[in-house]
Amino acid sequence: MLADMIESIAKILFIFGMNIGFFAPVLGWVERKQSAVMQDRIGANRADIFGFTVIGLFHSIADAIKVLTKEDFIPTGANKFFHTAAPFISLVPAIVTFCVIPFGGRYTLFGHDVNLVISDLDVGLLFIFAFSSLATYGAVLGGWSSNNNWSLIGGLRASAQMLSYEVAMGLTIIGVLMVYGSLKLTEIGVMQENFFRWGIFMQPLGFVLFLTCAIAENKRAPFDVPEAESEIVAGYFTEYSGMKFVMFWMGEFLEIVTISGIVTTLFFGAWHLPFITDQMLLSFFQFAGSNGASILAMLVNIATFFIKVIFFIWMQMTIRWTLPRFRYDQVMKLCWKMILPLSLINIFITGLVFLR
Amino acid sequence: MEASVTLKKLKERFPGSILETHSHRGDDTAVVKKEDILKICTFLRDDESLLYNFMMDVTAVDYIGKEPRFEVVYHLYSLRYNRRFRVKAGVPESDCSIDSIVSIWVSANWFEREAFDMYGIQFKGHPELRRILLYEGFEGHPLRKDYPIKKRQPLIGPMN
Amino acid sequence: MSDITKDFNTEHMVINMGPSHPVTHGTVKFLTTLDGETIVDLKVDIGYLHRGFEKMCENGTWQQVIPYTDRLNYVSPLINNVGYALAVEKLIGIDVPERCKYIRVIASELSRICDHLTNIAAGGLELGAFSAFLYFVEARDIIWDLIEMLCGARVTANYVRIGGLKNDLPDNFKEKTLEVFKKVRSLWADVDKLLTKNRIFIDRVKDIAAMPPDEAIAYGFTGPCLRSCGVPYDVRKAQPYLVYDRMDFEIPIGETGDNFDRYLVRMEEITQSLSIVEQAFDQIPPGPINVDMPQYRWQSKDDVYNRIDSLIFHFKTVIEGIKPPPGEIYSAVEGANGELGFYLVSDGSGKPYKIKVRPPCFALTAAMPRMMKGRFIADIVPTFDMINMIGGECDR
Repeated sequence: MLADMIESIAKILFIFGMNIGFFAPVLGWVERKQSAVMQDRIGANRADIFGFTVIGLFHSIADAIKVLTKEDFIPTGANKFFHTAAPFISLVPAIVTFCVIPFGGRYTLFGHDVNLVISDLDVGLLFIFAFSSLATYGAVLGGWSSNNNWSLIGGLRASAQMLSYEVAMGLTIIGVLMVYGSLKLTEIGVMQENFFRWGIFMQPLGFVLFLTCAIAENKRAPFDVPEAESEIVAGYFTEYSGMKFVMFWMGEFLEIVTISGIVTTLFFGAWHLPFITDQMLLSFFQFAGSNGASILAMLVNIATFFIKVIFFIWMQMTIRWTLPRFRYDQVMKLCWKMILPLSLINIFITGLVFLR
Repeated sequence: MEASVTLKKLKERFPGSILETHSHRGDDTAVVKKEDILKICTFLRDDESLLYNFMMDVTAVDYIGKEPRFEVVYHLYSLRYNRRFRVKAGVPESDCSIDSIVSIWVSANWFEREAFDMYGIQFKGHPELRRILLYEGFEGHPLRKDYPIKKRQPLIGPMN
Repeated sequence: MSDITKDFNTEHMVINMGPSHPVTHGTVKFLTTLDGETIVDLKVDIGYLHRGFEKMCENGTWQQVIPYTDRLNYVSPLINNVGYALAVEKLIGIDVPERCKYIRVIASELSRICDHLTNIAAGGLELGAFSAFLYFVEARDIIWDLIEMLCGARVTANYVRIGGLKNDLPDNFKEKTLEVFKKVRSLWADVDKLLTKNRIFIDRVKDIAAMPPDEAIAYGFTGPCLRSCGVPYDVRKAQPYLVYDRMDFEIPIGETGDNFDRYLVRMEEITQSLSIVEQAFDQIPPGPINVDMPQYRWQSKDDVYNRIDSLIFHFKTVIEGIKPPPGEIYSAVEGANGELGFYLVSDGSGKPYKIKVRPPCFALTAAMPRMMKGRFIADIVPTFDMINMIGGECDR
C-alpha cells in the first residue's frame, strides 16, 4: 500500500516536473532558439546570472519573473468570472491528459510491480479526447468574455476549428484502435515491442492525418487562425496579460508535448527501442543484478520515450516556422473535405486488411 | 509635331471652351472653361485618336490675387498613344465649385477629395465629398496661400 | 431555410481595423462591416501620417525639398530624390552629365530592389511565413549597407541634388555591390523556394483581389499592380528617363491581376533590377557628376573657399535658393509602386509656388473597397500588403 502511494507520488512528481518544470520553460527557449537558427538570427542571449548566459536559457526565468509581477488586467465590460476561468480551462486539460500516457513499461523493483503510467485507464485514449475537447471552452470563453470584437472573432474561429478537428482526429485514430484492438495506451505500447508492429508501419496514413489534426487542434501555425496576429490582432487572448496570458501559452506548449507523447505511443513504438525487446534489454543489464537491471532498463525506456517526444516537438516547431498560415475557410475545408474522407478511407482499408 | 495632336483636336472640337494653350517644356496644356470640363474630359477619354484612359492626378493651385483665384489641374495619360496631357480649369473664389469627373475616371475620387480638403473646392456630383487627409473638424483649407503656416487648430476630442 | 434565418436576430458587426492594427502598417484605418467573416462594406480612412508635405515645400527653397522627399516613400527614398530632381531639372531645362545619370539609375534600382524585398517580406510575415520575412529583410539590410556606403544614410538618403549628386560613387562600390548581389540572389532563391510553390501561400494569395485590366486602369493603378493585370505600362519603358533606354531589361506582366501575380511580378522585377544595376556598372563612363551651372548647382568647396565668384554663387543659391524660370511641368518616374509624378509650378522665385506629388499608392489604396467587398476578413492581409500602401507617401 505504502509502496503504491510512493510509486504514484513519484510518477506524478516526475511527470509534472517534466512538463511544467522542464518542457514548458525549455520549449519557450527552444521556440526562440530554433526559429533563430532557421532564420539566420542569434536569438535570445542577453539574460544572464553573474555573467553566465547559458545560451539564452535564463530568459525563461526572466520571463517567469516578468509575468508574475505584471498587472493582471481585466478590460471594462468583461465578464470577470469567465475571463479569469478561461486560462485555467485551457491549461488544466493540457496537464491532465499526460497522466494516461505511458512513459515506460512494467518493471519489478524489489518485488514491487511498477507501471510507468500515472493512471492506467482502460479507456485511456477516450480520456485524452474527452479532456482535450474541454480546452475548446477555454478559447471560446476567453474570446467571448473579453468584450472585444477581435477576441470574439477569435473565439468563434477557435470553437469552429477545434470542434471540427476533434471529429476528424477521432476518426484518424480508429484505424489504430482496429489494429491493436485496445483503448488502453499501455497495451498499445506493449504491442509495439516488435519493430515491424509499430503504428507508423501499420497506419502510415493514419499517422499523417493524426499529426495534422493534432497540430490544428492545438491551434499552432499553420493552423493558428484563431490567434492570427495579422488579421485579428491576437484572437481570443487579445485582452489577456501577465500570468493569465502565460497560462494560455503554457497550455499550448504542454499540448505540443502531449501530442508528441500520443504520437510516440500510438505510432512510434512508445518506450521501445527498435529491434530490442524488453527481455533483451533486461538480459543485457543482467550484470547489475535483477533490481539493477530493472532500474537500468527503466531508465533506458524512459529516455527512449522522451527522446522520441523531443523529436516530435522539434518537428512541430519546424513546421511552425516554415509554413505560412491558412485562411479560416481553408482550414475548415481541409478538415471536412480532405482529412475526414481520407480518414474514413483509412478505416475502410484497415478493415479490409486486418478484420478478415 | 505629334504631341500637339491633342491640342489641335481639342481646338477643333471645342473652339469656344479652350481659353489658352501652351506646351511649356513639352507638356501640352489646355486651359478650359470650367463649365465644359465634363464634356471635354469625356471627349479626351473616348475619342479614338486620343484615348486618355489614365487619370493620373487631380490637384489645384491657388493663384491668390489673380482672377480666377484657383486652377484645378488634371493630368491625363494615354496608354495607347503614350501621351500626357494637362487640362486646367479656372475656378473663381466666389463660385468655388466645378463638376466632378468621378463618373468619367473612378480614380478621380480620392484626388478630388484631396483637392477639396486642401483648397476647399467643391466638386459637384462627387459621391462622398468629405475630408480625406485631414480630420473632420479641421478649420480652413491649409494649402490656400492665405492659410497661415503656424495656425493652431482647436482640439476636437474623441469623435464618439 | 429562409424561414429559419428570418427568426434569427442577426446584425452586421462594425469593426475598426486600425489605425493601430498589425496589418495596417503605414497607419490607416479600415472601417469594416462584417457578416461573420465576410466583408460587407469597407471604408478606408487615411491621413494619419499627414504632415503637410506640400505646405512645407512651399515655404522652403527648391533644394530644401529634397530631404522631405526622402520621407515620402521611406522604403525607396532614392527614387523620390531622383524623381524630384528630374522634375526640377525639367522645369529649369538642364541636362545632367552622363555619369550622374548612370549613378542615378543605380541608386533608383537599388531602392526599387529594397522596396520589393520589403514588400514581399512583409507579405510573407503577415501570412505567417516569418522565415521568408527575415531572409528578405537580411537581403534588404545588406543593400542598405550599400546605400549607406553611397550616401552615408540608410533610410533618409538625401543623396540626389538638383543638377547633380551629393558625391560620386565611393571606392570599390562596384565590387562590393556585385558581392552583395550574389548573396541577394541566393536569398532570393531561398524565398522563391519557400513561397512560390508553397501550396498554402498560393491558396492564400491566388484569385484574391483580382482586377481586370480596364478596371485597374480606371482606378489609376500603376506599377507592379497594373502590370500584374497584364498591362505592360512602365514609365522606364514608355517614356525612358535617365539612361533606361540603354538598359536591356524586361517588364514582367501577370495575367489575372490577383495577389499572386502581384507577388510574381515583384519577384521578377527584383532580378531585372539586379541586372540593370550590373549593366549600369558596365556602361558607366568617367566624368563629372554635376552640371557646370553655378546658379543651379553649387561648385566644389575648393572653389567656394578660393574664388570670389564661386562664393557669391554659393551665397546666392543657399540664401535665396535656385530660381527656375516661371512655368509648370509634370514629370513622372517609375517608383517602386508605380508612377511617381511631380507637378511643379514656379513663379520665378527661390521657393516652389506649388509642388504636388502624385503618390502611386494613393490610387491603389482607393481601390481597396472595390477589391475587398464580399471577401473574407483574412483577405485584407495579403491584399493590403500587395498594394503596398506607404503611409508617408499616401498621406504626405
